[in-house]
Amino acid sequence: MTSAHSKLYSDDVSLVVVVVDTNPFFWAGAALPFADFLSHLIHFVNSLLLLSNLNHVVIIAAGVSSCAYVFDSGNAYAGGTADVAETLGKASRKMEEFIKQDARETASNGTVADGGAASLFSGALSLALCYIQRIFRSGTRHPQPRILCLQGSPDGPEQYVAVMNSIFSAQRSMVPIDTCIVGTQDSAFLQQASYITGGVYMKPQELSGLFQYLAAVFATDLHSRTFLRLPKTLGVDFRASCFCHKKTIDMGYVCSVCLSIFCKYHKKCSTCGSEFSRVSMPDLNSLPDQRQ
Amino acid sequence: MYGVGVGGGGGGFNAPSTASGRRKNQEDDDDDEEEETGDGRVLEAWERAYADDRSWEALQEDESGLLRPIDTKNLVHSQYRRRLLLRSAAAAARIQKGLIRYLYIVIDLSKAASEMDYRPSRMAVVAKCAEAFIREFFDQNPLSHVGLVTIKDGISHRLTEIGGSPESQINALMGKLECSGDSSLQNALELVNGYLNQIPSYGHKEVLFLYSALNTCDPGDIMETIEKCKKSKVRCSVIGLAAEIFICKHLCEETGGSYTVALDESHFKELLLEHAPPSPAIAEYAAANLIKMGFPQRGAEDLISICSCHKKIKSGAEGYICPRCKVNVCELPTECRTCGLTLVSSPHLARSYHHLFPVAPFDEVTFKLGQKGGQNCFGCQQSLINTGGQSNIHVCCPKCKHHFCFDCDIYIHESLHNCPGCESQRSSSR
Repeated sequence: MTSAHSKLYSDDVSLVVVVVDTNPFFWAGAALPFADFLSHLIHFVNSLLLLSNLNHVVIIAAGVSSCAYVFDSGNAYAGGTADVAETLGKASRKMEEFIKQDARETASNGTVADGGAASLFSGALSLALCYIQRIFRSGTRHPQPRILCLQGSPDGPEQYVAVMNSIFSAQRSMVPIDTCIVGTQDSAFLQQASYITGGVYMKPQELSGLFQYLAAVFATDLHSRTFLRLPKTLGVDFRASCFCHKKTIDMGYVCSVCLSIFCKYHKKCSTCGSEFSRVSMPDLNSLPDQRQ
Repeated sequence: MYGVGVGGGGGGFNAPSTASGRRKNQEDDDDDEEEETGDGRVLEAWERAYADDRSWEALQEDESGLLRPIDTKNLVHSQYRRRLLLRSAAAAARIQKGLIRYLYIVIDLSKAASEMDYRPSRMAVVAKCAEAFIREFFDQNPLSHVGLVTIKDGISHRLTEIGGSPESQINALMGKLECSGDSSLQNALELVNGYLNQIPSYGHKEVLFLYSALNTCDPGDIMETIEKCKKSKVRCSVIGLAAEIFICKHLCEETGGSYTVALDESHFKELLLEHAPPSPAIAEYAAANLIKMGFPQRGAEDLISICSCHKKIKSGAEGYICPRCKVNVCELPTECRTCGLTLVSSPHLARSYHHLFPVAPFDEVTFKLGQKGGQNCFGCQQSLINTGGQSNIHVCCPKCKHHFCFDCDIYIHESLHNCPGCESQRSSSR
């Protein structure tokens, strides 16, 4: 199918991988009910597919205990003349199944404290990037990929390294990560993701009009995006927080072995256990002749 | 474009020392190459087909003695796996990685670099690959520093001082591409050794030679110099472009580096890029230390100041403000020009973390019908059943038991550094 269409691919054909937060702890108390959210999302996916018949949309659900592919427009229409309403109905049924399965896994896994769990965005982003790599491999002409994260629940600090790894990998393959926050809190991880990969970060004020935000900001392909006046990413705080007190710091000490950050001088690294020799602090007067 | 002139003149034969480098570039050689081999004879078109393509290397004998084309996909993957296992064996031994590296790249610009066995010349290939290497190096080691040294007419010369910005290094290299005279290993070592003695004690000192010549013209006893390098803990590695040379091998063995000889351009690039990830550190080579670093913020919009790196007037929002001396710098990571504080942002540190928490290598499994995990690659949803038509081998993460295709395996270990399977389940250990 792709080969037949390949000469039609131009810069305005998109592959959109939508990562949807299905965290029940969040949606239980959210201002926008999940069913309404899902209908906004389905309208959005529909309009993306209507924009061009070559557009490709994949939905990945990020739950508390698992992540899964929920919808792939490439598979949905491969069977021939599938009814749009039917395929999307199938997608929402699959979403329901996923949520039930995820809830069962969460219940069987005793580690999740009530109300305190973050969704597994690191896993969902990793899946999305693997899928995008497959599209890159599919030939020289492929749709322009991007990732859209719809996040509601707060960030999970334990996912920091994995999320950052995904962000850097996306940056290397020039995949922008867009973010639309459907919860109340800003996400520091996804702010960094959008800033580093050149995506759009937005936190809509009025969630009842979610579809309008999605359609106006996130539906345009990457080429047309350059002509639009999109919400500007405000400055992202790239200061680090120290490992010992979790304080945000301007200046600190970094272990040369494991790069842990501390706000005070320690004799021994609490992360990797290296002993520091305080012979000299060479950072000030090193390389004297190079600066002349 | 991978041509190694088989009939090429002076010393351009392929060294057999790196037998593992099997050529995998049987396709796409252009037919528009009208270049001459070293001795000036123009190859006939039919000769070129053999000399450039080496089409016989794309064939393999099967059990019954029949010639078959090499299954490149499996070959590339098995090669890649061998490297991965090697690397993870080192990681399993809990060897530290030297994350803060001070590397001098020494480029041999003696007259041997004008040899045309690499197209268009060794020098051009070295420069092109060095550019790619420098970018990759800074991508993988954001807190490290690189400097360039050239050898020409038996004298070594420092092209750029050691620094953290890829662009300035690359620009300096591209401006200085002419070669003449002899090469001198000793002079280069002495020079680099002198400079590397000034770096902070926590840094890992490394030298990487891109050596075209087959000889070295030294003013004194090179063994003494090697001994000196060994004493000052400089790790020397050499990539040869011609053939294996004893003195290079000796140097690398003594100082703990690696010595490889490239077969052709793609092999050269591969060998060079192997130096980009940080090598396992030898504990006493660099003392563990706490480094004072600053995490600057962007300046305010209405602040107009002169940046310290380009001496241009910038508004505060275009640059970062050093937290100690409040000077404006344009990009991170860098070292403050005024107070010498290392300035980084938290993503720079995060970029190095994957070296510390690598993804475990996946196990190779053959597909059995009706097993758990489905018939699709967990990462990209590609069907695992008819990859390549004949083989049903794929890989499986030892932790989460999800199955992946070869392409995802390579992507996960080379670029992503996350196992999607492990990340999409909540384990009690995390």
